[in-house]
Amino acid sequence: MSNKEIDDRFKKFGTVSFTSQSKINDFIDYLEQGKVTGTKCKDCGLKFFPPRADCFNCLSSNIEWFDVSGAGKLLSFSKLQFGPIGFENDLPYIIALLDFSDYKVFGRISDKISEDDLQVGMDMKVVTNELPNGQLNYVFEKA
Amino acid sequence: MGNVGIIGVGQSAFVRGYPGSIKEMAFEGFQEAMQDANLSSEDIEASIVCSAPEYDKQRSPAGVISEYLGLIPQPTCYLETLCSSSSMGVRMGYSLIKSGLHDVVAVLGFQKMSEISSAESQERMGRGADIQWESPFGTMMPAYYAMYARAHMDKYGTTPEDLANIRVKASSYGQINEKAVYQKAVTMDKLSDPESKMAGPVASPLRVGDCCPNADGTSCIIMVSEEKAKALSRKPIWVMGVGAASTAVNLPGRDLFTGLTVAQNAASEAYKMAGISSKNIDVAEVHDCFTIAEIMAYEDLGFAEPGKGPELIRNKETYKDGQIPVNIDGGLLSKGHPIGATGGSQIRTIVQQLRGEAGGMQVKDPQIGLVHNIGGVGLYGNVTILGR
Ligand SMILES: [Zn+2]
Repeated sequence: MSNKEIDDRFKKFGTVSFTSQSKINDFIDYLEQGKVTGTKCKDCGLKFFPPRADCFNCLSSNIEWFDVSGAGKLLSFSKLQFGPIGFENDLPYIIALLDFSDYKVFGRISDKISEDDLQVGMDMKVVTNELPNGQLNYVFEKA
Repeated sequence: MGNVGIIGVGQSAFVRGYPGSIKEMAFEGFQEAMQDANLSSEDIEASIVCSAPEYDKQRSPAGVISEYLGLIPQPTCYLETLCSSSSMGVRMGYSLIKSGLHDVVAVLGFQKMSEISSAESQERMGRGADIQWESPFGTMMPAYYAMYARAHMDKYGTTPEDLANIRVKASSYGQINEKAVYQKAVTMDKLSDPESKMAGPVASPLRVGDCCPNADGTSCIIMVSEEKAKALSRKPIWVMGVGAASTAVNLPGRDLFTGLTVAQNAASEAYKMAGISSKNIDVAEVHDCFTIAEIMAYEDLGFAEPGKGPELIRNKETYKDGQIPVNIDGGLLSKGHPIGATGGSQIRTIVQQLRGEAGGMQVKDPQIGLVHNIGGVGLYGNVTILGR
């Protein structure tokens, strides 16, 4: 990529993306490869999800990527009957939070799973997902 | 350095669709506070104007508002922490006075939520979270609080009926607050009738009746130094503690989902400053933007042990004659929640309670009152303790 081109890969994230430029735009390339990734500070070892380009703990910008893998515990969830502008076609949908013990992941429950099948504390995994409008995100499925 | 006191409080009626400009609306709260303080505009040495900018058409509102209120050429500035903006304003006013820089400061909170169209508002609502990581999933404010409600229900067995009890209490006092936007009764029957609009789902497990109404309105607090109060021969309500805290915007940056750490941290700072504990609080205003928020507030402030908040409302201990009366002005749920004006309105209520001027809402002889005001989904927290 030449210096003159704008790296706006982040505009592909989510039903509606409000950000296009970020130092961690590689996150989008990993999503395209079917991987959900966080970052880890190479200097102090702190893990970040969502990924960050910079470590607030030791002020280093020396980071590496790690794959979000295995099962996380469902901490909570909510099914939305109303959404913001741009999300009308997704409704209703369920947002949720998973706990992987040294980091947590916020996202959506796969629309293949109904709310009645969800229980706080259950094991779930994170999978990449292509939305009907061609955008990318990730969703939670039963582990 | 001496103490800091409040000698004037005011608010406009909280309404749907204020039929005037933000300056005129600001004047209503200012007028009441200034008449209460018995001061004129030239007595105000500095002003702090507070609102949440996503609803404002006017860029840099502090300038036009302070001009309209006659507060020029004194310094003014704009301050924002979402829904807790005007409580943060009072904290900043406290520090301006405590530092000796000024002796009289006006804190003006306002929000004309109807200033923008509902489509614009719905678009902005979608950007209330971290726009990079959470907004692209289609998050909304009620859904975040709903996740706290779900976690509280799962851990402590809290029920939708416990939440409904909060709304019923709010409406019982909203009906006697002439400045409330929602003055109608909300009964348990209505909340549990699946055909009723109040029971309609918003973001599970929260329903329409669990959410506070939008409103337009202003609040104003006039703060003075102890020396100035003496010079004016006034007996202020004293600011005993001004705690504040923040936390991660993104939920993955948080560890607690059954309470708000910002409230706990702000409360502990405020109690320490005031040299008191939760047991000393006689009357409180808490940020009940959603019913679950009031239950968490009981616990975060120490009125109840973690998980025991629902018992307080089941036993009606937070009603006017209970052990710790909470939101005896209808709270955000009935009074309405004009974002930037809310904190100042809560402080006004407590000042009136401590002066014995709360009319039909008056709690019996309170000495110390507390205001809990939260910005965003537990993102910013302010706890203010006031005393006679
Ligand atoms: Zn580091």
